[in-house]
Amino acid sequence: MPRYFTQDHEWIDVDGDSATVGITDYAQGQLGDVVFVEVPDAGRVVAKGDDAAVVESVKAASDVYAPVSGTVIEGNSGLDADPSLVNSAPEGDGWFFRMALSDPSELEGLMDAAAYQTYVDSL
Amino acid sequence: MSDAEFHDDGEGEGAEPEILTLPLDAWHRARGGRMVPFAGYHMPVQYEGIMAEHLWTRDSAGLFDVSHMGQLTISGEGVADALEALVPGDISALKPGRMRYSLLLNEEGGILDDLMITNAGDHLYLVVNGAVKWDDIAHLREELPDNITLNHGDDLALLALQGPKAVDALADIGVAPAQDGGPGVRDLVFMQAAPMVWRGVALGVSRSGYTGEDGYEISLSADAAEQFADALCAYDAVKPCGLGARDSLRLEAGLPLYGHDLDEGTDPVEGDLAFAISKRRREDGGFPGAGRILAAIANGPQRKRVGFAVEGRQPVREGAPVFAGAVQVGHITSGGFAPSVGAPIAMGYVASDALSGPLEAEVRGKRIALSVTAMPFVPHRYVRKGV
Repeated sequence: MPRYFTQDHEWIDVDGDSATVGITDYAQGQLGDVVFVEVPDAGRVVAKGDDAAVVESVKAASDVYAPVSGTVIEGNSGLDADPSLVNSAPEGDGWFFRMALSDPSELEGLMDAAAYQTYVDSL
Repeated sequence: MSDAEFHDDGEGEGAEPEILTLPLDAWHRARGGRMVPFAGYHMPVQYEGIMAEHLWTRDSAGLFDVSHMGQLTISGEGVADALEALVPGDISALKPGRMRYSLLLNEEGGILDDLMITNAGDHLYLVVNGAVKWDDIAHLREELPDNITLNHGDDLALLALQGPKAVDALADIGVAPAQDGGPGVRDLVFMQAAPMVWRGVALGVSRSGYTGEDGYEISLSADAAEQFADALCAYDAVKPCGLGARDSLRLEAGLPLYGHDLDEGTDPVEGDLAFAISKRRREDGGFPGAGRILAAIANGPQRKRVGFAVEGRQPVREGAPVFAGAVQVGHITSGGFAPSVGAPIAMGYVASDALSGPLEAEVRGKRIALSVTAMPFVPHRYVRKGV
């Protein structure tokens, strides 16, 4: 399953026409302790770059953007009970939402793991 | 994901656009401090994490660099009376070695800054907020009589050691009275100060702070700050802590942060700081804005700073409007997740006549129930009597 990354530190795992979105380990490290996550409801239509979710650390709220356009299939309800999953498993159980892709060609503009690592190293 | 930069004060910007470094800048970086601009300085927002540092301070002892704050001395014949023309506290009754929280007021009774005033014997020692210190200095120079000398201790560092183990840490590394028979670390009580010495370095030590915990604030030469901070952090109970934890600690302690919870448009009564207007000053007046302030004491303020317990898990932050039904009746001035409470808390201003009804904050279009709650959210643990 290919995984892509954005410059805003989202990751997206693509499986056919659907995908899972979360934030990267680098992003959770920058945020610090996550205390609340607001994930989108199923059925919400998002365009690439739209605010799709909100992650709140002790200090601040940050928007999480849709890496590509599509329709939300489900938000991760596990984050309601345990928002710290974003810290402990950012690229696993701490995923934010699943979506159906409306324009898979948008994936072409995203980074692969190696390119993202190079990008993070440059920050 | 959007950037989650630590909020800068915003206050006093423009006058000092260049971001300055603190005496301990390299020390913070070497210890993994994540530096952010705050009050015109590069300051550590955190080291290992805000939550861990916050809880460490409540259980043990956290070392905070607050060298961005302004350390001023004023001296001269009648200095206490002269300062009383600018603040509402009873400064002439302040005994040597004692300190008091007070407020610099403008002519309308608005708060220019909050500050600590210590009677250091032959002078008064003031600690003012970093973000507005240049404005404070200009105001003091303008308003104090010509015979009063003001010095800005810009060659000094200021460290805050906060938490229940601060007393042992400071005593055990060898901080001692500067003069034979003078008070030592364990002798001071809350809001008391004394000159001390450590390995030949002169320290101004007070039992005070802004976390709600027992603790100390230590003023010393910037040149000696690294060595002193190293010695404290070599002590097992002490860890360096950043601005982030300092902010969540003071919020839990119900303490207002200037530029957020207090500003020039707020008077002390609205700000729930009427305790800072001493009895004699209430009777005699003679401080800026006394008419408005004394009327507010007598009649009650139109709006008031209060604490809120926040329903659910979602933090309510600075700027969120507060509603009573469809009507906006106030706004949040500080808010966030409270690590020691384990829930979000906030403070803000609400119209006095709306305080008894149900209130909600609005965050991203969603209403969140608030309950007005007595502050502090976490009990203060100041040491008021010698042990």
